[in-house]
Amino acid sequence: MSVVTLKINGVDLAIEEGTTILDASKEAGIRIPTLCHLNGITDVGACRLCLVEIAGVNKMLPSCVTQVAEGMDITTDSDRLQEYRRMIVEMLFSEGNHVCAVCVANENCELQDLAIEVGMDHSRFPYRFPEREIDISHPQFGIDHNRCVLCTRCVRVCDEIEGAHVWDVAFRGAAAKVVTGLNQPWGTVDACTSCGKCVEACPTGSIFRKGSTVAEMTRDRNKLEFIVNARENKQWTR
Amino acid sequence: MDLAELREIGEKERTAQKPIRVHCCTSTGCQAANSLGVKKNLENTCKEKKMGDRVQVVGVGCMGFCGRGPLVQIEAQNKLYEEVTPDDAASIIEAIAGGTASAAEGDPEHPFFARQMRIVRETSGKIDPERIEEYIAVGGYEPLYKAIHDLTPSETIDEVSKSGLRGRGGGGYPTGLKWATVAKMPGQQKYVICNADEGDPGAFMDRSVLESDPHRVLEGMAIAAYAIGASEGYIYVRAEYPLAIERLQKAIKQAKKYGILGSQIFDSPFDFKIEIRIGAGAFVCGEETALIQSIEGGRGNPRPRPPYPAQEGLWKSPTLINNVETFANIPAIIREGGAWYAGIGTEKSKGTKVFALTGQIRNNGLIEVPMGITLREIVEEMGGGVPNGKVKAVQTGGPSGGCIPASLLDTPVDYDSLVKIGSMMGSGGMVVMDEKTSMVEVARFYMEFCRGETCGKCIPCRAGTVQMYQMLTKILNREATLQDIVKLEQLCDMVKNTSLCGLGMTAPNPVMSTLRYFREEYLTLLKDSPNGKVPAGTAASITS
Repeated sequence: MSVVTLKINGVDLAIEEGTTILDASKEAGIRIPTLCHLNGITDVGACRLCLVEIAGVNKMLPSCVTQVAEGMDITTDSDRLQEYRRMIVEMLFSEGNHVCAVCVANENCELQDLAIEVGMDHSRFPYRFPEREIDISHPQFGIDHNRCVLCTRCVRVCDEIEGAHVWDVAFRGAAAKVVTGLNQPWGTVDACTSCGKCVEACPTGSIFRKGSTVAEMTRDRNKLEFIVNARENKQWTR
Repeated sequence: MDLAELREIGEKERTAQKPIRVHCCTSTGCQAANSLGVKKNLENTCKEKKMGDRVQVVGVGCMGFCGRGPLVQIEAQNKLYEEVTPDDAASIIEAIAGGTASAAEGDPEHPFFARQMRIVRETSGKIDPERIEEYIAVGGYEPLYKAIHDLTPSETIDEVSKSGLRGRGGGGYPTGLKWATVAKMPGQQKYVICNADEGDPGAFMDRSVLESDPHRVLEGMAIAAYAIGASEGYIYVRAEYPLAIERLQKAIKQAKKYGILGSQIFDSPFDFKIEIRIGAGAFVCGEETALIQSIEGGRGNPRPRPPYPAQEGLWKSPTLINNVETFANIPAIIREGGAWYAGIGTEKSKGTKVFALTGQIRNNGLIEVPMGITLREIVEEMGGGVPNGKVKAVQTGGPSGGCIPASLLDTPVDYDSLVKIGSMMGSGGMVVMDEKTSMVEVARFYMEFCRGETCGKCIPCRAGTVQMYQMLTKILNREATLQDIVKLEQLCDMVKNTSLCGLGMTAPNPVMSTLRYFREEYLTLLKDSPNGKVPAGTAASITS
C-alpha cells in the first residue's frame, strides 16, 4: 500500500493510493453532493454534481472517478461549483415531473435532499412538463418515468449485483429513458428476478414497491454495499 | 510481394491506360446529379465512335467543385466540364477530336483550384477508387512498404512527430505524440481505429476521402498499426455513407488479395487486418470513448477520460484512434519525410486542411488548402464570395465551432487562431452566411442539432441543450427579456464547463460566438425592444 499526500479545501491529508477524490473527501469529513454514485456499483461520472476543482487542471473533474494523486490541491465547494450544482439540480427538477407532495419517496428522496443541500428554493428554468408514462405491469414493483433522473443506478445494480441486466437506457437526448427488457412492459420481462435491488438503488420515487403511498417509501441502501462486500470479502454478517 | 512486384503492377496498369482519360466523377454528390448516366453515355459514345483505342472513360472520385457537378475532366487537354447532363456526353467525346462540347466549360486555373495544395486529395478525382491497381500506379502502398522494410516502428513515429501533423478530427492533438503513447503502452494486443463517423452539419470531407481514395486511408492505418504494434484495426463509418462503405469493402478485399492487408504483409512478420463497423448515425459516436463502446456492441455513450483510449481503449487494450483525414496524410508523410510536411503551413499548424466550403457562396465544394491561408482568401477568392450581397459570417467547426464575423475574415486558418476568436478548426465544415442570415436562428439551428444528438448520459448536456434551445426560441418569438439573455449566458457557461464529453463542452459555442459578435441581433429581438431598438439604459450593462 502506498500513500499520497494532498490538500482538500486547504486541509492536508494522507490518503491511500487508488482512492477516489470522493472517498478521500468522505474520509476527511467533507461532503460532496452526488446523485449517480452509489457504493457497491461502478461509477459513471454522469450527474456532474461531484465535480471538483483541482489547482493547475483547467477542467473540473468528477470526484467519483478521479483518483487522488500526490500533491493535489482540491477545492470541493467554490462559489462556482456551488452555482453549477444548483443549476444542475434546477434542471433536473424542470426536466421531469417532480411533485414531492404526491410522491412515495417524499422525505426519503435524494433529489429532494439535494435541492435542500444546494439551496434551491425555486427553479429559474421553466418546467417542461414532459409526457411520460408509468409502468405498473410488474406484480410487485412499478416505475414512474416522470420521477426518473436517469442516474442509471437501476441499470448498473441489476447488471453488476443481480447479474440480470433487465434495465438499460434507450433513445437519446430529451427522449432518453430507462427501459426494461427491450423496452417491454416490466411485468413481461422474463429476465427480471423480482429481487428489488433497483428499488433499493433508485434515488427518487421513480422505481417503487407497489402499495406504498405518499412518503412511505424507505430504502436500505447499505444492503447493496453489503452484498458486494460479502461476495468479494466473504464477510456474510453485517 | 516485394517492391519490384508492387511496381510491376503499377507499371502494367500505366501501360494499359489509354492516352486520353475522360474522368467522370462518381462520388455521392455528383451521383445525385446523375453522373452515372453521364458516364454511361460517355462510354457508349466512345464505343460508337470507335475511339476505344485511345480514349478511356474512368469513373473517378471527387474533383472538389461539388456545387457544379456532375464534373467531367479531360486532363490531357486541360479541360473541365461542369453541370454535365447525359445529353452533353456525346459532344464532350466529339470535342476530344476537335468539336465543340455543349456542356459548360470550367476554368481549371480558377483560384478555386489554383490556390489549393493537395496532399490528402492528391489523387482524388484522378484515379478510379474501385481499382487498387490505379492506386498502385500512382505510387500507392510504396510508403507502407518503405515503413515496413526501411524504417523501424519508432523511426516511423519519429517521421510523423517531425511532420507536426495534428489530429484532423477537430481536437488538434499532436498525432506523433498520440502514436508514441500507444506504442509505449504495455500489452500485446493493441488496436487502430479510424474514426469515420463524420456528422457535422455542412461537412463531407471524410466521406469524400473514403469514396475517392479508400486505399490511402487503409495505407495510413496500416502504417500506424506497424508503428504502434497493432495487428487489428477498425473503420467506424456511419451508415449514412453507403457508397463509402461499399468502396471501403471493395478496397479491403482487393488489398487482401494482393497480400497488402492480412498476414505477413510484404513478406514481413507484420500482420494487420481491418474490419468495418457501421454506426447507426449518432453524432456522439464520433467522440472517441463513445465510438469505442459502440464498436464493442454497447450503447454509444462517452465515458469520463482519463483513462484515455491510448491507455485503455477497445476491449481495455491500448488503442490508437485517428480521423480519416489524419490517416490519409500519413502515406505522403512517410513518402516525402516528416521534414517536408513540416515545411507546409504555420508554426503550430502544419500541412494542409480539407474544408467543405458550403452555404451562401458561389463556389461550393471541397478544397484542400495549406494552413495559414486566411478565411478571406478561402471565402472571397476561392469561393468567389456571396452571390448576392456580402459575407456576414463564416461558421467553422460545426456544432462545436463558432460563427466568425466578416470583420475577422483576415484571420489565418490554423488551430490556435480559430480558437482565439471563439471558433475552432473542427473536422472542416465551413458554412458561409450572407447578410440575410439571422444569427440567432443559426445559433438555434446548431442547438437543435445538439439537443437531438446528445446521448442523454450527463445532465448538463441532456437538459442544458433543451433549455438553451427553448430560450433561443423564446428570443426568436420576441417573448424574451434581457434577463433571458443573462440566463442563456449562465447556461452556456455551465454546460461548457460541466459536461462529460466534447459534445456537451462545445455545444454552447455557436451561441456564445453569436452572442459575442452579433449581440445586437439578440437585443433587437427582445420583447421590450420597441421597433427593434434596444431599450435605452438597460443594454449598456449587458452589452459590454
